Amino acid sequence: MHEHRDYEGAKIGMWLFLFTEVLLFGGLFLLYAVYLHRYPAEFHAAGKDLSRIFGTANTIVLISSSLCMALAISALQRGKVLLSQRLVLLTVAMAGVFLVNKFFEWSAKIGHGIYPNSPGLLALPPGEMVFFNLYYLMTGLHGIHVIIGGAVLLYGWRLMRAGRVTPEHFVFLENGGLYWHLVDLVWIYLFPLFYLVV
Amino acid sequence: MSADAHDHPNFFQPLPGTKGGIASWIFSTDHKRIGMLYLYCIVAMFLVGLTLGFLIRLELIAPGRTIMGPQTYNALFTLHGVVMIFLVVIPSIPAAFGNIFLPIQIGAEDVSFPRLNIFSWWLYVTGAVLAVVSLVTGKGAPDTGWTFYVPFSAVTTTNVDVAVIAVFILGFSSILTGLNFITTLHRLRAPGMTWTRLPLFCWSLYATGWIQVLATPVLGITVLLIFAERVLGVGLFDPSRGGDPILYQHLFWIYSHPAVYIMILPAMGVISEILPVFARKPIFGYKMIAFSSLAIAFAGSLVWAHHMFVSGMSDTAVMVFSFLTFVVAIPSAIKVFNWVSTLYKGSIRVEPPLWYALAFIFLFSIGGLTGLVLGSAGTDVHVHDTYFVVAHFHYVIFGGLGFGLFGAMHYWFPKIYGRMYDKRIANWSCLIAFVGFNILYFPMFIIGLQGMPRRYYDYLPKYAEGHFISTMGSWVLATGLLLMFWNLWRGIRHGKPVGRNPWGAATLEWMVPSPPPHHNFEAEPVVTHGPYDYTGVKPDA
Amino acid sequence: MTGHDIKYDTGPDTGPDAGPNAVHDAGHDAGHHAVPVRTNMLVWAALMVLTAITVSVTSFDFGFLNVVVALTVATTKAGLVILWFMHLRYEGRVIRLMVFTAFFILAIAIGFTFFDVAYR
Repeated sequence: MHEHRDYEGAKIGMWLFLFTEVLLFGGLFLLYAVYLHRYPAEFHAAGKDLSRIFGTANTIVLISSSLCMALAISALQRGKVLLSQRLVLLTVAMAGVFLVNKFFEWSAKIGHGIYPNSPGLLALPPGEMVFFNLYYLMTGLHGIHVIIGGAVLLYGWRLMRAGRVTPEHFVFLENGGLYWHLVDLVWIYLFPLFYLVV
Repeated sequence: MSADAHDHPNFFQPLPGTKGGIASWIFSTDHKRIGMLYLYCIVAMFLVGLTLGFLIRLELIAPGRTIMGPQTYNALFTLHGVVMIFLVVIPSIPAAFGNIFLPIQIGAEDVSFPRLNIFSWWLYVTGAVLAVVSLVTGKGAPDTGWTFYVPFSAVTTTNVDVAVIAVFILGFSSILTGLNFITTLHRLRAPGMTWTRLPLFCWSLYATGWIQVLATPVLGITVLLIFAERVLGVGLFDPSRGGDPILYQHLFWIYSHPAVYIMILPAMGVISEILPVFARKPIFGYKMIAFSSLAIAFAGSLVWAHHMFVSGMSDTAVMVFSFLTFVVAIPSAIKVFNWVSTLYKGSIRVEPPLWYALAFIFLFSIGGLTGLVLGSAGTDVHVHDTYFVVAHFHYVIFGGLGFGLFGAMHYWFPKIYGRMYDKRIANWSCLIAFVGFNILYFPMFIIGLQGMPRRYYDYLPKYAEGHFISTMGSWVLATGLLLMFWNLWRGIRHGKPVGRNPWGAATLEWMVPSPPPHHNFEAEPVVTHGPYDYTGVKPDA
Repeated sequence: MTGHDIKYDTGPDTGPDAGPNAVHDAGHDAGHHAVPVRTNMLVWAALMVLTAITVSVTSFDFGFLNVVVALTVATTKAGLVILWFMHLRYEGRVIRLMVFTAFFILAIAIGFTFFDVAYR
């Protein structure tokens, strides 16, 4: 019995897994859509409290990390293993920057007494409460995905170092990259919905 | 067992050069062993769920307190629902028989992701353990019903937190099974196994896999939201915090309605396998049956809100979803008509699997047609949340999926074990279970129409007769099922050895020895004919 | 879900998909072709420009259209990421159809909910 690597199959499997992630976030986007429809004015007011600078900065970081990831895979496919390794590390570093940003952003909000079930939040109008609860849930779930994605990519980097992800067999890294782009994709929607639309 | 067993150990025996033992099962990546693990767990859980249902019926034999208090009763029906839905019905046919037979039916050696496959079984076990833990820890067993509706699930002091985490994990397990099957069917079909030569069981699992992948995550986020509601107090479904409890119901049914098709589609696939074999003629309307599986999967995702006609949602939604519900009836009816046409002018051999298949068609038709009563908004207002609903979904799920599962057990038993059960007892147990089933559930239609609400601990004297008959039926049904399981158990030990193809079927799993060897095929098969082409196929008893 | 999961013997020379519909799957190994650096950079630049646009238009108030504009830009960005960064452009018909199905079902779930909430 020899080891058969089904490249196409592994990718189909990964895409299917990404669909489950899309639908998982989809439930929250559904709630967002309905509540935005119900409380447009409150969402507008509450959204002004979020820092547009933080949001934009994080968008730039995440999109650039996606670029690094795409470049890393191209590099690996061309046989430039070392370059690919560095690009993956750079991607993970940007994930770190994103999380640090997020940490400061959340801390500032929590410092103002706005977090789920806080007295400060409960004093707000219902629509704004919903806005902030959704904000914490959606960016929180997204943050967890950033952590998982970073960990997966770090593991992919180790596999490259160990010679188990190579220019011939790179599907692990490619799938890790697909996951990372999905994380980016979710943020591409979260950013305007929470920081801009309102 | 068969003569070549010595050189090619079957999948029950240890691989040459290994010792075997429990670890070679629970860490196995062999799809057949994983399927068997699922099968035994599912049967065990079914017996648990059966006992709970039996106790519920016993409590309801007469008005007032009979054997338990109201809080216990609430916990029991919640647990009965959670165990039966998430631990038995959803995994049942796909995870057990799908795992065992899907790769063999398409001429493959295993599924695409064998390690993911055993991981999904471990998730299943973890979920099952957590479900049990939720009973005995915290402040009492969950009492919300399996639907976990807010606001009650967000405020009850019982141990809902652990139960919803269990459901989340079980959902993940189900997703991985679906993902594996879709990929396997795309990638690992043997040469010549075109999509139009795919056995209909595989088609149904393909459609099921898509629902598992696309709908289950919505359940995941829904139960996570309950968790967040209870632990973090996010209040997204709490009107005092701007939330809308009806949205919970939307999210819940966006998964749970398609989940009904996760349950029934594989059973339909089993029936499509059994009928042509025992009618000795190709299935009628192969393409329509295959297509209708996909159509059911798609249409099933458009109709979720028909569970919510009296929830307070808009009248527009009631009309739209009521109309769409009727659309789903079309592909289901296509299947039933095609099955019946397959039997028409067939050379019918009456064997136990066929009895179960016929019971399926009969019970599913009743369940399906009463579903239209519920799907039609006008009549639903009258019978919503009554025993009519209880009767309807037991006819569909138990009468449909349950009998499909039993049919699968009797159909594939000789292939799995290389032995045959006692067919006479199998026939009798089918008859007893069928009669018991109708005595148990048919009176519920009547008391439901008269207004008996579901989930109630106590009831008015006017419903006493119906409840009494129903409880009687539960005894008959339990007798039939225990006889069936006992007969199968005895067949594993003492059944008459059989050859490769005792029923004379034409799908690939009947071309390999019984039980199948570890790697299924000695050489990769090349498929040259359709799955229901019986030309030249002789039963090999 | 890694390539390592598949320890599998489908016999020699059966290609990545042993199945008969493999023909177009297997023929489509374009995923192996590295996307040029230039293309990736251009996509990134486009994403940056779109980000700048979506941030800068918030100084105008289009009322309800704010949402439409923001989501249109977001969807364009998402399309760029999916097609180029995620290589969907280079994938076969099967995966493309799958991706479409997934987003279509999500659209139905959100859209049909509005039969309720928009008319309540």
